[in-house]
Amino acid sequence: MAPLLEIKGLKTHFATDDGIVRAVDGVDITIDKGETLGVVGESGCGKTVTAMSILKLIAMPPGRIVEGQIMFEGRDLVPLASREMDEVRAKQIGFIFQEPMTSLNPVLSIGEQIAESLRRHEGLSRNDALDRTVEMLKLVQIPNAGGRVHDYPHQFSGGMRQRVMIAIALACKPKLVIADEPTTALDVTIQAQILDLLQDMKERFGMAVMLITHAMGVVAETAQRVVVMYAGKVVEEAGVDSLFEDPRHPYTQGLIRSIPRIDLNGGQKIRLEAIGGSVPILINPPPGCRFAPRCRHAMSVCTVNEPVLREVAPGHRMACHLGATP
Amino acid sequence: MDGLTLASPSAERRTYSPWRETWRRYRRHKLAVVGAFLLLALVAAVVLGPFLWRVAIDDIDFAATLQGPSLAHPFGTDDLGQDLLARMIYGGRISLAVGLAAMMVSVIVGTLIGALAGMSRGALGHALMWLTDLFLSLPQLPLLLLLIYLFRDGLKAVFGPEGGIFILVVLVIGGLRWMPVARLVRAQFLSLREKEFVEAARALGASQARQVIRHILPNALGPVIIAGTIDVAAAIIAESTLSFLGLGFPPDTPTWGRLLYDAKDYLDIAAHWALFPGGAIFIAVVSINFVGDGLRDALDARKVI
Amino acid sequence: MSQFLLRRLLIAVPSLLGISLVLFTVLALAPGDPFSELATNPNVPPEVGLALRAKFGLDDPIYLRYLHWLVAMAQGDWGFSFVSRMNVDSLILQRLPTTLFVIGSSQVLALLIAIPVGVYAATRPYSLFDQIANVLAFIGFSLPTFFTGILFILIFSIRLDWLPFVYTTDIHATGVHWLIEEVRQAIMPVMVLGLFQAASMTRFVRSAMLDVIRLDYVTAARAKGLGQARVIVRHAMRNAMIPVVTLIALQIPAVFGGAIVTEQIFRIPGIGSLLITSILSNDTPVVMAVTFVFACLVVLFNLIADVLYGWLDPRITLR
Repeated sequence: MAPLLEIKGLKTHFATDDGIVRAVDGVDITIDKGETLGVVGESGCGKTVTAMSILKLIAMPPGRIVEGQIMFEGRDLVPLASREMDEVRAKQIGFIFQEPMTSLNPVLSIGEQIAESLRRHEGLSRNDALDRTVEMLKLVQIPNAGGRVHDYPHQFSGGMRQRVMIAIALACKPKLVIADEPTTALDVTIQAQILDLLQDMKERFGMAVMLITHAMGVVAETAQRVVVMYAGKVVEEAGVDSLFEDPRHPYTQGLIRSIPRIDLNGGQKIRLEAIGGSVPILINPPPGCRFAPRCRHAMSVCTVNEPVLREVAPGHRMACHLGATP
Repeated sequence: MDGLTLASPSAERRTYSPWRETWRRYRRHKLAVVGAFLLLALVAAVVLGPFLWRVAIDDIDFAATLQGPSLAHPFGTDDLGQDLLARMIYGGRISLAVGLAAMMVSVIVGTLIGALAGMSRGALGHALMWLTDLFLSLPQLPLLLLLIYLFRDGLKAVFGPEGGIFILVVLVIGGLRWMPVARLVRAQFLSLREKEFVEAARALGASQARQVIRHILPNALGPVIIAGTIDVAAAIIAESTLSFLGLGFPPDTPTWGRLLYDAKDYLDIAAHWALFPGGAIFIAVVSINFVGDGLRDALDARKVI
Repeated sequence: MSQFLLRRLLIAVPSLLGISLVLFTVLALAPGDPFSELATNPNVPPEVGLALRAKFGLDDPIYLRYLHWLVAMAQGDWGFSFVSRMNVDSLILQRLPTTLFVIGSSQVLALLIAIPVGVYAATRPYSLFDQIANVLAFIGFSLPTFFTGILFILIFSIRLDWLPFVYTTDIHATGVHWLIEEVRQAIMPVMVLGLFQAASMTRFVRSAMLDVIRLDYVTAARAKGLGQARVIVRHAMRNAMIPVVTLIALQIPAVFGGAIVTEQIFRIPGIGSLLITSILSNDTPVVMAVTFVFACLVVLFNLIADVLYGWLDPRITLR
């Protein structure tokens, strides 16, 4: 079965005063129909830029998709003009933004912001769009949906606003939903609710989800496959079980080790392991593996040759010079 | 290799001092550089002019009235045959002097009020802000005209015709333009007085005054400089407007606005009489505005190109 | 909304009082007797002069004088202009509509230029269009209105003879011809004022739009596939216009200044030129009244701007 979304060799660069920032530098990602793919990595690793590149939401003066293909249902989105992209946005691919506080227009009611999507893509009349909007609000569990449909964003809490964002993204029943850190800006208790809601919606509509997050725990619960990114590149890719049981890339291992857990070491408290160093600056990156400076297993070849993704187990690929065996 | 951070090439840039950095950013703004150049040329012209062009401003010559530009009179003559270039140089000095003086009045008054309002924690701050808002809603030109009308004779009696008007115009223009400066300074004080380095200074026993002068005022300097620059342009326009309406300096003082007042009835036969002073006002104001804009870009640390 | 309106109205009253206090203080501090003209002018009948002195309570303690004056002002009893031989309030009412017409039309013209140019420049920052518009804007607000007015007269009336440069309130024509004549004589003053305003407004619209365009919710709107035009107009502009409205209100005092100058140059019989002529003829009651009217207009426009702001931004009124 052909994949729903296939990103091949994507490179998105930004022109700045200090040089060209290679935020995404050769990324391959595949998502099948109805699959939940988790994309993890630290802040600044290029996850959001990759996601925004799919829908061409990057600001195009400083940013540019320099290379690569983004095949959605067999059609390359990269060469499409803005007007053609508008047919894909929201209708085929939905996007849930990270910050519910700032991603809603403060001067329009939330009903308006959902309805305009419906009117644009499904040609509904005002009244029909309003009815569908109230339905969506009920689906995302906004209490008193009918009464609150004309309220403004500032009259809702953060969690409620995120539900509205989900309603907006799902209103036209797209085939793929990109969720960019949907819970990061929310309280911990609300996070769980939102994730449940997403899962619920996914089951109801049967859409594929690209879930971007830096929290490994979230990925473990909700994703079927996982892609790990570092410094603009994919470093490991596997089914969720395979990844957590047998992480091969030193970075992935570091990420997993840094999750606080009480069940390891027989319940004894141990020091939380952090990955030393910080994310590299992506202007004129040095040759070789980008993780080498922070890697405890770095060898001399690591600073010379950049490793490529290769299969180390069925459905499990990673990019590292270390042997196939850990 | 645990804990080793990659030293990126961009971390090894030369560090500039704040002033050099400001100049570097200013230089990028082409219009601002042109403006600075024009302004300097203008100032040089009015300061050095009388030494290079030694024609009197009130040499009446009925044989040479309303002549266009010529070698003898590069800017032409007016209806009394007086040389316009000489009159414009003289008038330029007055206009620029008024502009600078009015700016200083507004900056000093504004800084004082803004600092007081920013430092106070009670009724005084609120009262000063209410006063500022009140002054902001006063209609400037009508009030300017009213004040000149009422106090003109009195001040003339004390300081003489030119001096009296100069003081009146400077005080009134400056007195109606201090409000933006006060707001800026107060905002700086409010945001900085709780900041750590001021707290530290206080903890080390620095007196209020010392804190203000050494720590807070320098940070407010940027926006105040920009406001001050715009103030000079606004003051020049205000003074020329007054003169143009016949209510500024005495009739024989050839400020640029006054020249336009005299020239406006001779537009059909001596257009040059109006065009030169008008052009001079325009060049002065536009160059100051360019400079102000360049300064705003250079001093605003938040702006990323 | 009505609660918001009420609150704003209540704030406007102390502003008016404050302004009246300032005006009165200025008058009281002035050396000499501004009303001396009334006593020495042969045109003023002695009873009227005495009545005015009594009304202004020129021999009473100062706070009483202020109250008398304030009450008189509030009742519209603004005194008598001996120069025009009529009551000041009717004099002003006669000339006020012309001024409002010129100011209103110039603001409309300014908005019609500034909004499209500013918005378009913001969608293509640093492009050729943007740079040219920027330079033109600088030139526009650096040219004082009196110079632009003179230039216009020079070009359009004297050299080209296309437009009249003296304004009349009674045009001897009817129907379409009347309209054409009205427009012909109003074009220059409205353009002088309007272009000056448009220059600074354009820069501000551009900067407000740039601030809004980079915000998250604009990107979110693009992600809905609404199309560039709809995103710019419905999402970006709707928000960017809010600070622009505030700016227009704050600029109103300056617009009055420009109107005074324009009325002088083009000899438009509005309250601006009235102010100048009454200053030149020492007609103090008129001077005071016109200044007061200007101040009231400023407060009125600030109020209108506040209301517009509340209407445009639901966060203000629905708290």
